[in-house]
Amino acid sequence: MESFIPTTIQLSYLGATALFFLGLKKLGSPATARQGNTLAAGGMLIAVVATLLDLQVVNYPMIGGAIALGSIIGVIAAKKVAMTDMPQMVGLLNGLGGAASALVAIAEFYRLLGEGNVPLNATITAILGSLIGGITFTGSAIAFAKLQGLITGKPVSLPGQQIINIFLFASFIAGSGLLLFNPLNTVAFLAITAIALVLGLFLVLPIGGGDMPVVISLLNSLSGLAASAAGFVVMNNVLIIAGALVGASGLILTEIMCKGMNRSLPNVLFSAFGATAAGGGGGATADGGDKSVHKIDAEEGAMMLGYARSVVIVPGYGMAVAQAQHSVRELADQLEKKGVDVKYAIHPVAGRMPGHMNVLLAEANVSYGQLHDMDDINPEFERTDVALVIGANDVVNPDAKTDSSSPIYGMPILEVDKAKNTIVIKRSLKPGYAGIDNNLFYRDNTMMYFGSAKEAVGQLVSEVKQL
Amino acid sequence: MEQSFWWIMSETFIAALFVFVLASFAGLEVITKVPPTLHTPLMSGANAISGIAVIGAMVVAGPDHLNLTVWLGLIAIVFATINVVGGFMVTDRMLQMFKK
Repeated sequence: MESFIPTTIQLSYLGATALFFLGLKKLGSPATARQGNTLAAGGMLIAVVATLLDLQVVNYPMIGGAIALGSIIGVIAAKKVAMTDMPQMVGLLNGLGGAASALVAIAEFYRLLGEGNVPLNATITAILGSLIGGITFTGSAIAFAKLQGLITGKPVSLPGQQIINIFLFASFIAGSGLLLFNPLNTVAFLAITAIALVLGLFLVLPIGGGDMPVVISLLNSLSGLAASAAGFVVMNNVLIIAGALVGASGLILTEIMCKGMNRSLPNVLFSAFGATAAGGGGGATADGGDKSVHKIDAEEGAMMLGYARSVVIVPGYGMAVAQAQHSVRELADQLEKKGVDVKYAIHPVAGRMPGHMNVLLAEANVSYGQLHDMDDINPEFERTDVALVIGANDVVNPDAKTDSSSPIYGMPILEVDKAKNTIVIKRSLKPGYAGIDNNLFYRDNTMMYFGSAKEAVGQLVSEVKQL
Repeated sequence: MEQSFWWIMSETFIAALFVFVLASFAGLEVITKVPPTLHTPLMSGANAISGIAVIGAMVVAGPDHLNLTVWLGLIAIVFATINVVGGFMVTDRMLQMFKK
């Protein structure tokens, strides 16, 4: 019996690990994704039940209570959250995962301290666990606050931020060194944990809203690595493997997002993009005063769309903010009724997290077959009668291809300027996240339709109906 | 307390490092090609898996006498369970909406 239980637990963990791999693999294809998620959840359930068999785990009432409390909060959050708020939700969950991992590392370290003997391995891993988990926790908290609008989405940094960060990191290394030579130095341990928390704040605060897809992916990766680190502290393979898996998937998404902006990860993290460009943006808008735009109203817009053969809709963050996805779907339905071929073009970094637009349009019942990636749709713009840009800006800025002095030069864009006509729905001529003017708006075949995405699209719908 | 030769890592630790490195490579292979449609669900599903820390939290919160370690473990259980339950459920809610 004594060896039977540990064996059962370990084999259950092995089964759970296999289910995590299978689940993630299936999450990669639309047809099997839902099943994949269910498999991974099943793996988690097996792992939790197996752990309850552990003879060291006897504190059932309190553990049960903690699980029940967490489950209730989780269920409510998952049911209540609006699809437009999904970036915040993911940010928050990342942060909780990171915090849990850090707490496991800290708790185990204190348990060993109580025994008066902390092996070196445990010290190293506890240091790593509190560093990664701490950064993930406070970094995610800031990302959540920015996305939720609790604090400004603009980059915020102290004067000499880089130097402060380097100083903090050096202090962290020094504290860790002290701890390695004397693990009983609890002051050093508390100090490095505090430094990790502050580092998380200072790393995410200087990053602007438009770079959130990168940050959220990176924090996702870190939450996995934090779980892995906690796994090293308590020497548990299932934590190490599952954490490594999540770390890898987050890393892949981070890379895809960086590529979508043609920027390196260090550039996203350390350049406070959008803050410095804002000054230049002011100048550019002043120039814009000389240039003229073609304004249209709903009736003219509806005529252009209704009598077109092909329309490509390009949604951006503005659609998410205005929660206009349902109106957009309605417009597409009306146009299709009139025989117009409607497609959606999705830029990889449109919105505030990877796949943001896809989720919103799926919520509005747009089938994913109609959503096209940048590489698929770009060659089609030449044959498109009307490109309808809804609340997107930088991702359709032709300067990214032509103007080597532009801050976004080299970023891959959706080439709406190649369509025969472009209609841009936007609240004003204000520059987008990158803080730069968009030459697209001043082209002869670009029509500006000013207004909030939801109302503007709603008016287009009723005008198209009357055609 | 005398510190052992501190540059020597234990065998179990090295074995765990092997597991970590191999799992990372396997992870990179499993997830390479994901269509953008699934980026968000992949992220939230993976995020729910990172709530596996709940297992570690249960072990540290295991003893039935309350001390600092157990309290920290219990808080970690609450956080990790929100992460797990919320993550898997919200992913399912999203995937339900994806239609061909």
